[in-house]
Amino acid sequence: MLNLDAAFAALADPTRRAILARLALGETTINELAEPFKMTQPAISHHIKVLEGAGLIVRRVEGTRRPCRLAPAGIAEIDQWLGMLRKALAANYEQLDEVLAAMQPKRRKGRR
Amino acid sequence: MTKMTLQTEGDRYLVVRRRFAASPELVYRAHTEPAIVQKWLLGPPGWSMPVCVNEAKPGGKIRYEWTDGKGGGFYLTGEFVELVPFSRIVHVERMHLPDPTPDNHVETTFAKEGAGTLMTMRMTLPDAATRAAMLSSGMEHGMEASYVRLEEMI
Repeated sequence: MLNLDAAFAALADPTRRAILARLALGETTINELAEPFKMTQPAISHHIKVLEGAGLIVRRVEGTRRPCRLAPAGIAEIDQWLGMLRKALAANYEQLDEVLAAMQPKRRKGRR
Repeated sequence: MTKMTLQTEGDRYLVVRRRFAASPELVYRAHTEPAIVQKWLLGPPGWSMPVCVNEAKPGGKIRYEWTDGKGGGFYLTGEFVELVPFSRIVHVERMHLPDPTPDNHVETTFAKEGAGTLMTMRMTLPDAATRAAMLSSGMEHGMEASYVRLEEMI
């Protein structure tokens, strides 16, 4: 199971969010990532390791290359959790409208 | 009239504003009396809140447990920090799924506006990332859609 704390901690860094955005376009290698981010390979490697540990990306071995890509399951789990929060909030307030209407002082009803 | 808005402030704040056709006293009570909270803080259709601890005093505990009635569920714990009857509530909360989510520091104010109330809920997330994640999930668009639906119903 995805550790949400680790996932949110991984997302805390703007570079890591940018890496995820880049990976959303497709699989790539650390070398290819280092280029647009103007970062050294070890620095990118560190970020990749954090994202991998959080279950947000996966890497595979292809000869000497170790390309990384998004881990759909990890991303989906975060989306699911946040989507649930959003829907719950909106639905709750609609429910509260009804509860408040029922709480209104009775005399209002008889007002002409 | 737009009933609910969601805005970001700085990089750690998220502000939700919602209007209600009831006095600040009623809206405040709906947030601090367990019997009332249980009636509306339910989440998606079909869910309920069998456990509702809401000790509305500084240091008082909050514990909400939700269930979908099919064995699924999660809970939230928190603590009240400050309460000013009918106008302001400050509390900290976190969800347990079952791993706890980062602490969300929440200040909720209730202001009289005409015959109703403008509720402003300011959430302070632990960092920019938590908030970014909330926003990138389309939270804002989802909320917008739901209050447009609500407008159509009224």
